[in-house]
Amino acid sequence: MTIHLRKGAPGTRVLGLGSYRPRRRVTNHELAQVMDTNDEWIQSRVGIAERRWASEDETLVEMAVAAGGKALAASGLAPDEVDLVVLASASLRAPIPGIGPQVAHRLGIPRPGAFDLNAGCAGFCYALGVASDAIRSGSARNALVVGVERLTDVTDQTDRSTAVIFADGAGAAVVGAAEEPGIGPVVWGSDGDQYNAIEIAAGSSTMTMAGQAVYRWATTKLTDTLVEAMEAAGVGPDDIDVFAPHQANLRIVESMTRKLGFGEKTVVARDIVQAGNTSAASVPLALTALLESGEAKSGDLALVLGYGAGLTFAGQVFRLP
Amino acid sequence: MSEDIQAGLAEILEEVAGVAPADATPEKSFTEDLDVDSLSMVEIATAVEDKFGVAIPDDELGNIKTVGDAISFIQKNK
Repeated sequence: MTIHLRKGAPGTRVLGLGSYRPRRRVTNHELAQVMDTNDEWIQSRVGIAERRWASEDETLVEMAVAAGGKALAASGLAPDEVDLVVLASASLRAPIPGIGPQVAHRLGIPRPGAFDLNAGCAGFCYALGVASDAIRSGSARNALVVGVERLTDVTDQTDRSTAVIFADGAGAAVVGAAEEPGIGPVVWGSDGDQYNAIEIAAGSSTMTMAGQAVYRWATTKLTDTLVEAMEAAGVGPDDIDVFAPHQANLRIVESMTRKLGFGEKTVVARDIVQAGNTSAASVPLALTALLESGEAKSGDLALVLGYGAGLTFAGQVFRLP
Repeated sequence: MSEDIQAGLAEILEEVAGVAPADATPEKSFTEDLDVDSLSMVEIATAVEDKFGVAIPDDELGNIKTVGDAISFIQKNK
């Protein structure tokens, strides 16, 4: 007796993107009133001018539902056509249950496979890879991927090295089957020897980060991952219309951009200037901002990369919906 | 020998942090005197690794406070 397998899809593509930015805008000047910092210090170290902080009613679930609903509407799919929800977050205050099933329920997606994924700031790109491969293998027809964070819940607001950086928000993508591949292979990996470079230690309620170690890792080890992601998809730097790496620090964005040698047409996401570091939400937030401003357009080829706690990293190339 | 290292280090400092080569003297503190921030220190460390073939682990980086500290680290580990 042979075990049967489902027939998968030849390729996948992103059908819709959506995001949610919390209402409250917090400038560097406002932070300088409550901690020993200033606009010049923050802008020169991390490139952030302002960030969004979630209010009490802007919970992880509410922000995920808002971003997911927009992505779903943009995709043109009905909720019952989605049968997988992968939710990436590193800032859940209650470890059980994961919120993927609740977010799916709130969006009217009936009984999908649903789970949370914690790959730190790499979460969205990991989730996109998982969702795309699930559709390719036939485990799902269409999938909703969400990255959502309330990092302000896990930040020590008296630690000026992290309090000026971490912020809140959500971003989402709907992924479906395609004859012509619109999402390239995910290139992912981890460096678990640096497991404690970014952590919320057991029993602690706030995140610590070894800034220098993470900065060095990001600026020296991840260029190869970006090159591999392009090679895996059969494209080169000249083909990339939009480069949207995780928005951790503007200096890391600029360093990666210099090393990759893109052509003149490549638009580089610098959403960190307005959004701060929103971990698993940063890549879809940055992409929706570029689409809304008109700097990026439907059909553009995007190169994305997530990286963070674990340490983990994942990148891929895909066409914008 | 130490002059060559100092000159090489001064080149890196100029390129990474815009420090005038004449200012890169051994007694100078990177953060206090030369206005080099912690992330630029990382960039200087990786450039020193490439130029001089030494390894500067993250936990050693915190002990390198002056140009002179960097010169002696390179001399010892080259």
